[in-house]
Amino acid sequence: MTAAVSIGAVNVPLGDVWGIVLHHVTGAGAAHSDPALDQIVWNFRTPRVALAALAGAGLAVSGAVLQTVVSNPLADPIVLGFSYGATLGAVLVITLGGGAALAGLGVSAAAFLGAVAAGALVFALGQRRGRLAPTRLVLAGVAVGYAFLSATSYVQLQATPAELRTVMFWMLGSVAGTQWDQLPTVSVVVLVTTTLLTLFGRRLNALLAGDESATALGVNVNRLRAVLLMLTALLTGTVIAVAGSIGFVGLMIPHLVRLTTGADHRRLLPLTALLGAVYLVLVDLLSRTLNRPEEIPLGILTALLGAPFFLWLLRRNKGLD
Amino acid sequence: MKLTIDRLHVTLDRTPILRDVSLRARTGDIVGLVGPNGSGKSTLLRTVYRSLRPADGVVRVGEDDVWALAPRTAARRTAAVLQDGGGNTTGLTVTEIVALGRAPHHGLLGRDGAEDHRAVADAIDRCGVRPFADRDYASLSGGERQRVLLARALAQAPRLLVLDELTNHLDIRARFELLDLIRATGITTLAVLHDLDLAARLCDHLVVLHEGTVMAAGPVLEVLTPRILGDAFGIRARTERHADGVIRITYAAHALVGGETTADRPNTP
Repeated sequence: MTAAVSIGAVNVPLGDVWGIVLHHVTGAGAAHSDPALDQIVWNFRTPRVALAALAGAGLAVSGAVLQTVVSNPLADPIVLGFSYGATLGAVLVITLGGGAALAGLGVSAAAFLGAVAAGALVFALGQRRGRLAPTRLVLAGVAVGYAFLSATSYVQLQATPAELRTVMFWMLGSVAGTQWDQLPTVSVVVLVTTTLLTLFGRRLNALLAGDESATALGVNVNRLRAVLLMLTALLTGTVIAVAGSIGFVGLMIPHLVRLTTGADHRRLLPLTALLGAVYLVLVDLLSRTLNRPEEIPLGILTALLGAPFFLWLLRRNKGLD
Repeated sequence: MKLTIDRLHVTLDRTPILRDVSLRARTGDIVGLVGPNGSGKSTLLRTVYRSLRPADGVVRVGEDDVWALAPRTAARRTAAVLQDGGGNTTGLTVTEIVALGRAPHHGLLGRDGAEDHRAVADAIDRCGVRPFADRDYASLSGGERQRVLLARALAQAPRLLVLDELTNHLDIRARFELLDLIRATGITTLAVLHDLDLAARLCDHLVVLHEGTVMAAGPVLEVLTPRILGDAFGIRARTERHADGVIRITYAAHALVGGETTADRPNTP
């Protein structure tokens, strides 16, 4: 992470990075002699690296939990419709600008509301006679996603080219321009929900045994699904609200961890959070160095870099046959 | 622990599935549940492991109505091996699957302790799954898988075992090994069995379900009479205890239609 902070349009020596961060965090040592470097490290780079880490962790953990909740290896915040809900919220605010109805609602707040609304819809449509069946949940998620997507496309048609570029950039995700004041909420939500979800690890494991067997193991399957669905919608909503709709992390990172260290959620979720964080920090680093000083949106690189590695791992693994 | 099912009625989608079903198992009894497909055997089991709430009647494990107990409390008494088998457990090792049996013994903040490790190790040894304890469940044979699931149930430290077609798709030796294992546990057991010979070999008592009601119940030889076998399964068969103490069923070659075997009817090919 230090390296990620040090490298960019202007390279800062690693030692200076530590000096500056330490000075700001603990007040120890003197302020850096070059105020511009101090500004770059503390006000620009550190918050964006921190957000990249939080976003990576949050999306990856959501994906891991959703894959178990709907017993489907393809599940992630996108398949369950959460991301499209967030996108519609964000796009509405970007194109309508200070539209009367949405006055006072920022892009982030609208994206968060969109994701949570999608979560609530999937929850409502996925149940029948009080039971949340996995297949019905996935299908409800996909349908809700498509509905939000077509609404988003319609709104985009009304947009100006400049607005479209903003929309495009947002949809592919970015942590550029992160401010310190954006971080407290995300950090609290990511840390608290990840901890909670890890505490549910034993019950998530039981869910792997099938609904009937999990019931016989003393798990209230329905209530567990509902709680997990709400927690993941909250988690992804919060992350997407500030970092945009970054794909592939939620799908790939959990499988990567499963394929290498197994599926026990008590181990899987913390490791997934860690790897998700590291991965997105690396991707963000590449996104601003590959084509300096232009930035490539994160969503393009997550899949471009991740897919080949993931496919290699899939081919190597015998357990899936 | 004893199991008492009293005047149970179950309805699914407004269709009555079980009507006025009563059943008793004393502590240590092995009770077999037999009957043709669709007679309500698995449904009855679901009311016992708290998956399907009966419309009327009561299921008691020990002295308590299971539907008045908290899910985890009930699961500490009753363990089940069901037909959903391993579920979607790719990526879990055999030991991790057996350890799922400890789930009802912990709340959200519970961590594995010495007692958990002992229960898991003990179940692994009793079911003979030690040689493949570190392997992926998906790589096991059918017989090995069922032994793993039985080990998971034993790790639950239950007082009642509920088994749904535990021996399906297994070769004859694997079947006998599993039956011996269950007998050796001494735990009260309610087992759905398709194979009547196995049911006769394993169980102290049999209950015959037919169209959602109990058609017969009692000791094996009193239940598997030609008349009941004919009425419940539509077959002609006789049951006898051989000199070696084993109960054997001899089946006629053809199914019964309207009280006669199909071979007796002139137009049946």
